Amino acid sequence: MQENHPSAEKAEEIGRDSFLQGAKDCLPTLLGYLSIGFAAGVVGKTSGLGIAEIALMSVMIYAGSAQFIAAGMVAANGSIAVIVFTVFIVNLRHLLLSAALSPYFRHLTPVKNMLIGALLTDETFGVAIQRATDANRIGERWMHGLNLTAYLNWIAATLAGAFLGRWIANPEKFGLDFALSAMFIGLLVLQLTSRKNLAIDLIVAVSAILIVAGASMAFSANVGVIIAALIASTIGMAVEKWK
Amino acid sequence: MEIRWEVFLMIAGASIVTFIPRIVPLVLLSRIRIPDWGMTWLKYVPIAVMAALVGQELFLENGKPALFPPGPELYAALPTIAVALLTRSLLATVVAGMISMMLLRALLG
Repeated sequence: MQENHPSAEKAEEIGRDSFLQGAKDCLPTLLGYLSIGFAAGVVGKTSGLGIAEIALMSVMIYAGSAQFIAAGMVAANGSIAVIVFTVFIVNLRHLLLSAALSPYFRHLTPVKNMLIGALLTDETFGVAIQRATDANRIGERWMHGLNLTAYLNWIAATLAGAFLGRWIANPEKFGLDFALSAMFIGLLVLQLTSRKNLAIDLIVAVSAILIVAGASMAFSANVGVIIAALIASTIGMAVEKWK
Repeated sequence: MEIRWEVFLMIAGASIVTFIPRIVPLVLLSRIRIPDWGMTWLKYVPIAVMAALVGQELFLENGKPALFPPGPELYAALPTIAVALLTRSLLATVVAGMISMMLLRALLG
């Protein structure tokens, strides 16, 4: 019995870190992706983009907010440089997500880290950081399972939206537009309830919400999110240090 | 089923500026030892980002603060938060949010 223990633990560890487990852990986010991707496909089509262009966008950009903006600006005849710059600003928040995940992938080479980061989104980040709360590293296979499941679902959802969008006149009626918000709420609540320092976490969360509302009056909402995230994290660090 | 040249250029440019912020911290920071204050700071980033995204979804309308009158999003958020606290399940939370929003829209007309 004694000598069976390590191998049994290892088998369990491998199962927990498997590609399939990562794919399974992605399932709760799929509804959110489906609805947002579907909406992105509908918007792309109504902006005058072709099916192939919408598909290429999902494969190469793979970012909901960026694809909405790009489609909207194509419809408004925006210049390529302005569209690309706006997408850059919107996606700067990924710097923070990528940085927050980096401690959990220190055991991997830079090239492997690049492959993991290439498919990072708000949602896969939320699921991954959730898993990281009880570990000091995240399995590579598990992360690929999570990332690839989300990526393929996103591509399928935008294509479905591009093909079927014209028959769904009113997606709001079915609450589809709230799926993304509900997912962010779920990720935030799960974060808050799984950590030790609830008091500081609440200070950070409330600060972030107040700052995003304030900063959005002076800047765009997307810049507001970046500013709020930077300042609120700094507040959390300061409170923990000088408490 | 064709791709226009200028649309391709736009997509290529947008994909590069999306790719770089996603990978640079993971590639560089996993090589460098981060000081303790940096780790403490990073610990609060997830909460800050998620809260900011929730704030943006619930309290902003077209990018500007809109609390008075509160939109249906704010009311739909309450049962969504309750389900998240009770079930600790992301899927149940998303479904609860969509059903709440669907019922609110049906009731408000």
